Amino acid sequence: MSVFTLPQAAKEEVLLKELSALVEHHREKCEPYERILAASGYTPADSIAGLPWLPVRLFKNLELKSIPDDEIYKVLTSSGTTGEVSKIYLDKESAAEQTRRLGATVQSVLGPKRLPMILVDTKAMLKDRKSFSARGAGVLGMSNFGRNHVWALDNEGHVDLPALKEFLEKYGDEPFLIFGFTYLVWLHLYEVARDNGLDLSNGILIHSGGWKKLIDQAVSPEEFRARLAGVGLTSVHNYYGMIEQIGTVFLEGKSGGSLYCPDFADIVIRNPQTWEEQPVGEPGLIEVISTLPTSYPGHIILTEDLGVVHGVDDGDWPGKRFSVLGRLPRAEARGCSDTYREAA
Amino acid sequence: MSELQRLREAFRTALDLPADAPVDDLRYQDNEKWDSLAHMSLVATIEDEFSVMIDTDDVINMSSFQEAISILGKYGINFNE
Repeated sequence: MSVFTLPQAAKEEVLLKELSALVEHHREKCEPYERILAASGYTPADSIAGLPWLPVRLFKNLELKSIPDDEIYKVLTSSGTTGEVSKIYLDKESAAEQTRRLGATVQSVLGPKRLPMILVDTKAMLKDRKSFSARGAGVLGMSNFGRNHVWALDNEGHVDLPALKEFLEKYGDEPFLIFGFTYLVWLHLYEVARDNGLDLSNGILIHSGGWKKLIDQAVSPEEFRARLAGVGLTSVHNYYGMIEQIGTVFLEGKSGGSLYCPDFADIVIRNPQTWEEQPVGEPGLIEVISTLPTSYPGHIILTEDLGVVHGVDDGDWPGKRFSVLGRLPRAEARGCSDTYREAA
Repeated sequence: MSELQRLREAFRTALDLPADAPVDDLRYQDNEKWDSLAHMSLVATIEDEFSVMIDTDDVINMSSFQEAISILGKYGINFNE
């Protein structure tokens, strides 16, 4: 089973229809969204790139939801670097759907069976069950795909080497899953495996969380991959996703170096000055597109991340393949969302 | 102990509920004890109790006690009394 099946042309045909319907749905159900679209002169689009987007910052400034208050089931929050918080409103149906789609996406590389799993994190961060951090929520969401979980870090955040060794003795001869944030994997798994001769060759690593801390240490994504291969870990999948589009993740293919869009999602790279779509190979702002957000208008979001499309229908899976290059310096991103704020 | 009793016990143990707590109508996240963290422990408890290995999709879909009964049916556990 895979959710990476549609060539770009076929995907755009399907998505254009579904997203145009979603635009109408949200115009009807979410008043601020309707006002923003009206103020920006919205007309129906004949291409994915022509569909109206919202800047991600808007989810911090406005209460954007397309469901009545009594149907709110969960409010997800993300603290950004600015200290402002995005609020994402889910009803029961959308909460269940996002879990299912994330499951289907991850199963595209893991298969239907749950694998023994190393969580490269500490259980201590789940201490307060009422308010998990985004990191906690990520770890918990991913733990559904594993069994016989072991935490690689103890409550003080130190590597629990005996626990790791015991896990590998029991399960190291069959495929097992490793999940963690990129920086923690580098610091607490790669280095420990290297120094202690741990055999991770049957591991499948899924990791996320941005490269900034690693790039500060002069570790590029290519080097990350190469060094992990040095401890036997060759099955490695980075992913890119955000709370504002919960359930949708863009997953790295097996060859590495490129992220792919599941069948229900896509991206457009935009020129940060003109907002026009960039050609393949030209960096710009990443717009993330997904049919999942039905309870809030997060179906087409312009992020503040820079990215580049490397190719279309020419990689491990069909569709666009791309990389995330980092964040747009803050000042440059302001213009567009301020315009929207005034309109709203 | 009947299969049904064993499943009720598994729910009470994993969700840290009193020994006589009614569980037949429990739904995921309607009961405050059954959150995503408890869900992991619930799945592990059920797997141990019935010696089965539950697939990812079934873990995701196990959103109520009754749903658990029908999912376990697929693994050959029969709850008819």
